[in-house]
Amino acid sequence: MKKRILAIVLAVCMASMVFAGCGSEPAAAPAPADTPASADAAPAPAEPAAKPANDKLVVGFAQIGQESGWRDAETQSIQFYAGQNIDTIDLKFADAQQKQENQIKAIKSFIDMGVDVIGLAPVVETGWDAVFTEAKEAGIPIVLVDRKADVPEDLYATFIGSDFIKEGNDGADEMARLLDNKGKIVELEGTVGASAANDRKKGFDDQIAAKYPDIEILASQTGDFTRAKGKEVMESFLKTYGSEIQGVFAHNDDMMLGAIEAIKEAGLKPGVDIKTVSCDGVKGIFEAMAAGEANVTVECNPLLGPQFFETCAKLKAGETVEKWIKSEEGVYRAETAAEDLPNRVY
Amino acid sequence: MNSRLKKLTKCQSFWPLMVLLAILLVNGVVSGGAFFQMRIVDGHLYGRLIDILRNGSKLMLLATGMTMVLATGGTDISVGSVMAISGAIACSVVDGRILSSLGGSVTAAVLIAVLAGVLCGAWNGLLVSKIKIQPIVATMILMVAGRGIAQLITDGKIVTVNSDAYYFINGGYILGLPFPLFIVGFFVLLIMLFTKKTAFGLFVESTGCNPVSSRFAGINVDRVKLVIYTFCGAMAAIAGLIESAGIKGADCNNAGLMIEMDAILAVAIGGTSLAGGRFSIPASIVGALIIQSITTSVYAMGVAPEVTQVVKALIVVAICLAQSKKFKAAVAARLTSRKAVSAA
Repeated sequence: MKKRILAIVLAVCMASMVFAGCGSEPAAAPAPADTPASADAAPAPAEPAAKPANDKLVVGFAQIGQESGWRDAETQSIQFYAGQNIDTIDLKFADAQQKQENQIKAIKSFIDMGVDVIGLAPVVETGWDAVFTEAKEAGIPIVLVDRKADVPEDLYATFIGSDFIKEGNDGADEMARLLDNKGKIVELEGTVGASAANDRKKGFDDQIAAKYPDIEILASQTGDFTRAKGKEVMESFLKTYGSEIQGVFAHNDDMMLGAIEAIKEAGLKPGVDIKTVSCDGVKGIFEAMAAGEANVTVECNPLLGPQFFETCAKLKAGETVEKWIKSEEGVYRAETAAEDLPNRVY
Repeated sequence: MNSRLKKLTKCQSFWPLMVLLAILLVNGVVSGGAFFQMRIVDGHLYGRLIDILRNGSKLMLLATGMTMVLATGGTDISVGSVMAISGAIACSVVDGRILSSLGGSVTAAVLIAVLAGVLCGAWNGLLVSKIKIQPIVATMILMVAGRGIAQLITDGKIVTVNSDAYYFINGGYILGLPFPLFIVGFFVLLIMLFTKKTAFGLFVESTGCNPVSSRFAGINVDRVKLVIYTFCGAMAAIAGLIESAGIKGADCNNAGLMIEMDAILAVAIGGTSLAGGRFSIPASIVGALIIQSITTSVYAMGVAPEVTQVVKALIVVAICLAQSKKFKAAVAARLTSRKAVSAA
């Protein structure tokens, strides 16, 4: 009897792990209508293997799938750009539904099709060596988009993505501008260990230490990138330091949106009494900026379409490109938020 | 006098209450009294104690439902997901994304969200009582699927609402006290009356102690369980409303993430056995406040983010040791034996 119970418990644990795996990426559940549901049919649009005769730029793009609003915006940006330039660009798009094997299959079929360039947003970092080597032998350059892959540098042509450290630097510059180079601030960190959190913190803290000695970071605590935690941590900061706090730097906009609520509850005016600088550039923060409750957001741009295809064209023409093409990212301030708001797609 | 003290220490909420006071006291000493500071901002009370009460309100509600579930010998690990569902529904209705014919009515949104919570709870109850699936497995189904459902409702986005009426659920104040506190007070009072003034409380304890003999004694065990799980679902839904109102948005990925464990821990710290049987809702409420005050004190003391979780865990271990009869007896024996040695 005892053994049986143990067996059941073990089975449950295993089942839960499998379920939990699915659960963490629930967006995968509603399979997009245009991709067949079965995994093996997913990547390859039926095309003859021969290279198309025309001079179009033929690009295969293996996207991770739907996972967040940010990624949806990236997908749309790439598809939209290709759609607008349909005379010059032939985009083969594969949705991998969060599975590496689907991405590998997609890349293999792109190689068979003889596309000019392969674009890839790797779902995981490792396990790409074999298929990248295959592409290299076929003479097709690979462009990594927004996520890196753990492979030798000669296996891919370039990486297009954000520079989190620079985002931190920009955040520090903006904070200094808002505070006239002098003041006391607090920092809301992202999830401990996340690269975006580590690098934004490094970029921000180093820049403050190096260039703005009169700005003091009173405290720094993680808000796990979520609104609820951002609010809770900010509440606590306000209790400890009160109106001493002149500015907040948050590693993402959502935490800032939570912090804004906390500031309001303390009877202070966010954006006026306490200046705000956060990262990402989501719609919500633009609404807050337009309402005068936030000051600055440092964009982390998912709209990589134009840059991606420009790079592809260069690679096709045989030009050399840099190993890391930093995505074009802007700094948006409250003054222009009302005008920017309608253009925000994520 | 001595016997009265003894009676007091026998009370289930006594030790948890002492622990809570100890945590608050340590905080007060460390912060030099600033921890207890309260002032009035915009006509309402403002201070760390208010924070603990307001942020702890979600957990207090969940602990109330969870106490009953655990008392029947079951468990409900789906409460976090139910919170996400209720938040998603409420925000979507207020936003007009779904059921736009309601015109973003907050009352309707709240009612529909709570109804959804009731349905989720009833589903759990059905699986446990009628189909006899083990509670942890039965509720795991909703725990896993629930976030997916919430994502479907919101299209995987964070739905932001700007309704002041909706925000009142979390951020409102009556008589200078946060509104969630009144919600908690209402439901705790309701359930206390229901369990203490009717035979229902006895039924629950009896079900938890021995379901078979309870059934032979004429208690409809299945119905008791169904009611309890449904109630737990409703509590989770209301907790979800408080959570989403606080951030003015439905964050399906993170709303109530892992909070089921906190709720179970709150009940355990309160001294209710997870094996079922006797329960005390006030003790669980104190347990919930203990957990919230740990979080608040970790922030207040400025513990580095990398070690926050470890510090929390250490405090929980200390509390559990302080509550363990065996540990207390062992320590007492050690002390007396030492005294005896030094006396000799």
